[in-house]
Amino acid sequence: MARQVLRRLALMLATMLAASLLLFLLFELLPGNVALSELGPYSTQEQRDLWLVANGYDRPVVIRYLLWLGHFVIGDWGNSRLFMAPVAQIVGVRFENTAVLGFWFFALLVPLSLGLGTLAGMRQGSWLDRAISVLCIVTTSIPPFASTVLISAIFVFSLHWLPGTSSMMDGFSYRQLIMPVMALVLYDFGYIARITRASMAEVMATQYVRAAVLRGLPQRRVVLRHALRNALIAPFTLLMLHVNWLISGVIVVEYFFAFKGFGSLILEASLGKDLYLLEACTMITVFMAAVTQTIADLGYVALNPRMRRA
Amino acid sequence: MLKPSTLLALDDVSISYHTRAGAVPAVTGVSLAIDEGEAVGLVGESGCGKSTLAMAILGHLGGRGAVVGGEIRFAGRALAGMSPDEIRRMRGRGIGIVYQEAMAALNPSMRIGAQLTETLIVHRGTSRDAARKAAIATLAEVKLPDPERVMDAYPHQLSGGQQQRVVIAMALLPEPRLLLLDEPTTALDVTVEAGIIDLLNGLRRSRGTAMLFISHNLGLVGQLCERVAVMYSGELVETGSVADMFATPRHPYTMGLFSCIPRPDLPRREQHLTPIRGQVSPPNARPPGCIFAPRCDWFQAGRCDAVRVPLEAVDLASDARVRCLRWREIAPEPRPAWEALATGAAEQTILAVSRLDKTYQLRSGGAVVRANQQLSFDVPRGRTLAVVGESGCGKSTFANVLMGLTSATAGEIRFETTDLAKLPLDRRPALLLRDLQMVFQNPDETLNPCYSVGRQIGRAVRKLGVERDRAGVQARVRALLGLTRLPAAFASRRPRQLSGGQKQRVGIARAFAGTPKLVVADEPVSALDVSVQAAITELLRDIQRNQDTTLVIISHDLGFVRYIADRVVVMYLGQVMEAGSAEEVFAPPYHPYTEALLSAAPVAGLARNRRIVLSGELPSAMAPPSGCPFQTRCPRKLGAICETERPPEQLLAGGHRILCHIPPDELGRVPPVYAPEETLAVD
Repeated sequence: MARQVLRRLALMLATMLAASLLLFLLFELLPGNVALSELGPYSTQEQRDLWLVANGYDRPVVIRYLLWLGHFVIGDWGNSRLFMAPVAQIVGVRFENTAVLGFWFFALLVPLSLGLGTLAGMRQGSWLDRAISVLCIVTTSIPPFASTVLISAIFVFSLHWLPGTSSMMDGFSYRQLIMPVMALVLYDFGYIARITRASMAEVMATQYVRAAVLRGLPQRRVVLRHALRNALIAPFTLLMLHVNWLISGVIVVEYFFAFKGFGSLILEASLGKDLYLLEACTMITVFMAAVTQTIADLGYVALNPRMRRA
Repeated sequence: MLKPSTLLALDDVSISYHTRAGAVPAVTGVSLAIDEGEAVGLVGESGCGKSTLAMAILGHLGGRGAVVGGEIRFAGRALAGMSPDEIRRMRGRGIGIVYQEAMAALNPSMRIGAQLTETLIVHRGTSRDAARKAAIATLAEVKLPDPERVMDAYPHQLSGGQQQRVVIAMALLPEPRLLLLDEPTTALDVTVEAGIIDLLNGLRRSRGTAMLFISHNLGLVGQLCERVAVMYSGELVETGSVADMFATPRHPYTMGLFSCIPRPDLPRREQHLTPIRGQVSPPNARPPGCIFAPRCDWFQAGRCDAVRVPLEAVDLASDARVRCLRWREIAPEPRPAWEALATGAAEQTILAVSRLDKTYQLRSGGAVVRANQQLSFDVPRGRTLAVVGESGCGKSTFANVLMGLTSATAGEIRFETTDLAKLPLDRRPALLLRDLQMVFQNPDETLNPCYSVGRQIGRAVRKLGVERDRAGVQARVRALLGLTRLPAAFASRRPRQLSGGQKQRVGIARAFAGTPKLVVADEPVSALDVSVQAAITELLRDIQRNQDTTLVIISHDLGFVRYIADRVVVMYLGQVMEAGSAEEVFAPPYHPYTEALLSAAPVAGLARNRRIVLSGELPSAMAPPSGCPFQTRCPRKLGAICETERPPEQLLAGGHRILCHIPPDELGRVPPVYAPEETLAVD
């Protein structure tokens, strides 16, 4: 088991290194682009050349990559042209905001989707199963750019219960967090619940669940001890992969509610062609993907004894 | 003497499933009683309602099924009157169940210990420690070595035989009064099966647990039960004591079940398999009158189809009953004489295997599995070679090398003039592909459910280059369907519209698309019902005779092997233990392993001089025993020499070979496993 974990961690590091090399080649192979992006279109060629020499862009590519990587590891991510501040500082604040959003998103999503999915899968074909299925399909089929408008129309403009923007200008506010979290959960829970339902229904039909029933175990025990653990393997992996989805999913929602988070930062960096900021955001996304994939894989092994090697 | 009290009573029980097409009667009017401590066998083909009956006894018919008539009483109480909670308590504590597939019945993500103890904790309120102690004791009682280790293992870490023992231990733990055994050994090797039957017999003696043994195998029923009930299409057609029914089966269906099983104790010229024609009528299309009428050779129009046939007592003395109007008039027909294979002047070798090695490397630099070691044998043209042995002995590896799915590590397989050992499938010329074909074990998995039968056979015809134009392919498909005795109309059917036996016929038709010279059949009948097995066996033999095909059969069913094979190769842990003609292998001198295999064969009416139950598990192929591979389980082990030295290959008369340290004349003095035919109780 320990060897398996180490092997997987090494693989994760290798993935991240490979991704960083790709990113470097994409963004910084041609120094001219970097100078253009940093100094703007109205700079002269001479100014750009001077800037490149001053910033060490005349050195060989390999050295530049290693330096770039080293700077990245120690948290020196350059300055943002757009915000006139160190990239690390800006990204830090924005990432924290999205982490709070993500925490509440998962805190609601996990019990809601797993609970509904399990209930539906336990009694396949019952009216409860059908009701849950319909609800899931309807909510999942409305993408966030539409659902944000819809829920705003209801809760902000008709009922006047909640604020329509979540910019948190006067400090953190839970009231302002509700709408973005709701938009994300509404879109995503149906999907996870459907997967959970299918997984649960499959497990409930297995011989070992029937065997547990025929040993005279009470229904509660059959569901909680025998079925649930095996049924949750698939949704667990999926949830982990959804951390990635969240990063792109939040762009629309954060932008719509003017939430100062990581998603809207990516958008701003791309629109403003802020190269260093974009590099940092992309690297963080890659990092998140690699880490959650690793957790998903290791969790799968932990949940499923058949995957363990002696 | 006081009659023991009745534990389970089924009184005129009828069970129906509710479907969109209306109620489908799965079981009709079954009456059966099991006394305390008694073992009763329930026999019949699949689809006869045996398992439905077992589920009804446990009160678990699901949402669609219901007992629509009669009454089931357990320990004097009617199931219909019990509350859901009472039924739950009856399950496990009153009635335990053991399933066909032990692996599937165990939760893959829970340790064995947790699964065993929870039953006790729930049913008896035992403390965790006491439950653990009891579980360990029961694991020891079912003869599992090292129970402590088993408690901490996950199901996938145990072998099939060990898993089945765990399932039996699990059923026994709450000390039920009745054990339902639903085909508990069907998925196991014969040697392991013999061990489980031994165990069940021992448990009956020590615990006095009553048993309802559901099986399609009359031989196993005979080894375990006192009474048998034969079920056909939802009804009991014959009941009685094992001794009586095995001596004189009265119902044509029972007789059919007996005569469609090939026996390992008789040479094939003395056997003739008579398959039961047709198949079990579906519950909603049962004929009027006798339900067996469409398949019965003694059917009389106007009599058998006139009224429903009652279950009639045979005489006053015994409790034997039979559901046949003509049982007094019919007698088993004498077996027709065997039509001998025309023996050619000189046998010509079509396939010569010599010193074949196949080694698998698990991960680079890691463990090595020697799946095939120094295999050498010849196959004469137009004859049948059977490769037998337990699972994991390397039979399938050999088939894979032969078919080119994997390449040999060393040695050669000469097919006519080509060496196949290192010739992978994709480098074999088209003509060679045509000459070498395969029939698979499970027709359900080898036929594509989306395409019609005709299209699948046609594809083989086209791919093998037999015919190219549309009309030619169609004609060939029709011819192949005819060859396998399927109506031409089947070409447009899809696999799911076919029965298991029909699907296997399609598989055979596909293999014979290019008139192959050699066909490898990997367990061709073991996934089929007994009555169908006989028909498929006959079909293979007929085609072989007509087309002069050579067959290489991979099988663990010794009756089938005796019936069909001319030559036999016995394998153990990747090596040939014994090779020779069927007559030589099935008679002394035996290799001790062959002897154990033969004695374990579960065949009805087999008069055995002894039963050898091999101790221990099959050793891992990664760490084979030193010296003789069989020494760890050999009942005739000599001593140190078996552990240190690889046994010599002893050549006997007629090319018969045995790999053993024991001198051949000593092996020759071993009495035969099967008693001579005169003493047989059953025809």
